Amino acid sequence: MAIVDMQKLSVSAERKHRKAILETLQAMGVMQIENNAIDDPELEKMDTRTAVTTFEKNADTLSDALKLLYQYSGKKKPGGLFSEKKEIDKAVYEKAIQSQTAHMKKAQSIVQIEKSIEEAKARIHRDEDRITALAPWMKLDIPMNLRGTKTTRALIGTMPGILTEADVIEAASKDMTFPVPLEVTILTAEANITYVVVICLHRQRDQVLENLRQAGFARPTQVEEGVPSEVAENLQKDIEAQNLQIEKLQNRIASMADATDDFEITSDYYRTRAEKYRLLSTIPQSKHIFFLEGWVAKENAEPLKKMLEDKFGALVELEEIREGELEPTLLRNKPFARNAEGILESYGLPTHGRADPTFVMSIFYVIFFGMMLSDAGYGILMAVGCAVILKKKPRLEESLKKMLQLFFWCGISTTFWGFMYGGFFGDVIDVVAKTFFGYPAELTPILKPLWFAPLDDPMRLLIWCMLFGLIHLFAGLAIKGYEYLKNKDVVGFLSDVVAWYFFITGLVLMLIPSDIFASISGTHYVFPDVVNTIAKIITLIGLVTILLMSGRANKNWGLRIALGAYDIYGVMNWLSDVLSYSRLLALGLATGVIASVINMMASIAGGGFFGAIIFIVVFLAGHTLNIGINALGAYVHTNRLQYVEFFGKFYDGGGRPFKPFKMINQYVEIKEEKQS
Amino acid sequence: MSLGMVLAILGAALSTTLAGIGSAYGVRVAGQAAAGVVAEDPDQFAKVLLLQLLPGTQGIYGLLVTFIMLSSIGILGGTPVTDTYTGAMYLCAALPIAVVGLFSGMYQGKTSVASIGIIAKRPDQFGKAMLFPAMVETYAILALLISILAVTNI
Repeated sequence: MAIVDMQKLSVSAERKHRKAILETLQAMGVMQIENNAIDDPELEKMDTRTAVTTFEKNADTLSDALKLLYQYSGKKKPGGLFSEKKEIDKAVYEKAIQSQTAHMKKAQSIVQIEKSIEEAKARIHRDEDRITALAPWMKLDIPMNLRGTKTTRALIGTMPGILTEADVIEAASKDMTFPVPLEVTILTAEANITYVVVICLHRQRDQVLENLRQAGFARPTQVEEGVPSEVAENLQKDIEAQNLQIEKLQNRIASMADATDDFEITSDYYRTRAEKYRLLSTIPQSKHIFFLEGWVAKENAEPLKKMLEDKFGALVELEEIREGELEPTLLRNKPFARNAEGILESYGLPTHGRADPTFVMSIFYVIFFGMMLSDAGYGILMAVGCAVILKKKPRLEESLKKMLQLFFWCGISTTFWGFMYGGFFGDVIDVVAKTFFGYPAELTPILKPLWFAPLDDPMRLLIWCMLFGLIHLFAGLAIKGYEYLKNKDVVGFLSDVVAWYFFITGLVLMLIPSDIFASISGTHYVFPDVVNTIAKIITLIGLVTILLMSGRANKNWGLRIALGAYDIYGVMNWLSDVLSYSRLLALGLATGVIASVINMMASIAGGGFFGAIIFIVVFLAGHTLNIGINALGAYVHTNRLQYVEFFGKFYDGGGRPFKPFKMINQYVEIKEEKQS
Repeated sequence: MSLGMVLAILGAALSTTLAGIGSAYGVRVAGQAAAGVVAEDPDQFAKVLLLQLLPGTQGIYGLLVTFIMLSSIGILGGTPVTDTYTGAMYLCAALPIAVVGLFSGMYQGKTSVASIGIIAKRPDQFGKAMLFPAMVETYAILALLISILAVTNI
């Protein structure tokens, strides 16, 4: 349906044109180059690892510098969920590339400055640590590293426990019979440690020290040179100086903020070149010739061939697909269906020769999403929100744009189903009318459902949901039938598709007039006898066909019938698949009921001015929460219905995405030149 | 106040309580895993947050049934229950979502943890990762449906 046909091209050209050809191909971005098929020992490949690494390193440096520029200059950083890429004129782009070396140098200097900032910060950190370590020593009025005078020695250190001067003297002069002149100063005693200075005679130093050691005396781990208070003051000054320095450096980076555009362009340019060199290493070449192989969309094949031949005198051939090769898949759908391509992609792309289910899926996707969220107010908010973003940001990334467009349509569908079910922010119109204007909304609701309110008759809606499900599943089966017919497999079409249509339709027609169905739906349908007979006949035809034909690949009739019987058991799958659509009802109910709970809580304060304020606050908070959680639920379960129930009938993905060799636009896009 | 009324309110309370416990557990384990991923790669915040929220729905389903019950047994509207049998019927009607909500919330949380693991390794596989916890939720939805049908038809 909408898978773009691919053509394999092989290109051989003179080596002198290699650069020009690669750059042209990269700028066009239409060809996925794959050279793994060419294998000839006489051809050599270039080793471009160094070049690739250099370019990537440069691009990273520029990216780092950019981050710093945005961080320090306070310039608004582009980013966030709905950010677009900058659009740059070709002239601006080329001008920026011309002075790439200068930009690179600037970026390196910025990164260098950042390193100095980091160093200064580390130094501040060290200084602060030292000041903290000095705190208990602040009362010391001699340098910490002082050994003593000519006749005295200073012993500076800590001792365990909270001690007084007398305690220290006693410990120091222990076992000494002669008088021991000592001067002891307790500096601080905290946290079970005493900071102490003991001054003793030079000749008694060893003895005193030994005694003190036995009492647990220890030198400080970090000895500063100088009087502690002076050292601390100097450190404080150093911190201030470093802070000033940091500020100066940051300002220097900030002053270069106008370089952001150049950096972004140059970074993209380096990444593009890295990409080119990475490809270059896979290109086989002889002395004078090089070879390329790759995929292009069929419609581009001829123009590309002509262009390469005319411009570069290359030899371009359209190749046949070799065995075991898988063509890359590129989808192209009509504007509406295109939006659901992302949903399909995250399950898996179709392979060539299979049908692209995007269109059929997109219709059901939008309908089912609407049924699950099913509130007109939420739908309008969603549609308007998506429309505003799309309008304001016309150059969003393609996949995001598709997603927003899809949700715009889901919003429209949600609005539709909201009015069908009579939900507009739950029952807010009635609640407001009742609370603030005294209107008896219980008796005659203002906003009546166009169809019916799900909570009034859930059984009825449940049956409708299953009917929608059956239609969805039949649509899936129809795509399978389409594939059979495309491959001219009429037997397969009749026995795997038509037989199931007969079988399931017949069973449903037999079920509807039955007593069980009547007791569920509350209505007793009576069909004319003709219909009942037809139902029985087509069920039987379907049953027999499946029984005989599903195992047709087997020659052994016994096995064939057994496989057929097993396939008939597959009707249980149909039952569980159809039941699965009951989530359309359950999630639809969830939105509506929770919305009314919120409205009820909001109106609890009654009418009047304060009532209105409370109403507004609760209303806003409650409905924001509800729309978030239910939109998530609707998204997840709509996906599930597509992936499991719908795709389960016919689809298995397995395609690989088309990834053309192209320029890398991480930051900027070059404006397309206007063709006059 | 009749015994029937007590039983009906017990059912209404169980529905929110048990399903809420299940969801709280599920969201907790998924949240812990999500925090781990965000610590490594903050860009994945939105994706893992969605996965964390998935087991949160059981609590809402429980709340839903409670609300429908309260509005039909005379607490928030409807007519009060007078006989014991009707009350017991309400209690039974609440059981599917209460019990299934409790267990499916916990199991869905564990599945979410595994899916968050997918995001940590292959951030591009969000579509598939999301599907596994959603599978568990199917049974909570079925239970919700049966509870709603039962309550509205008593």
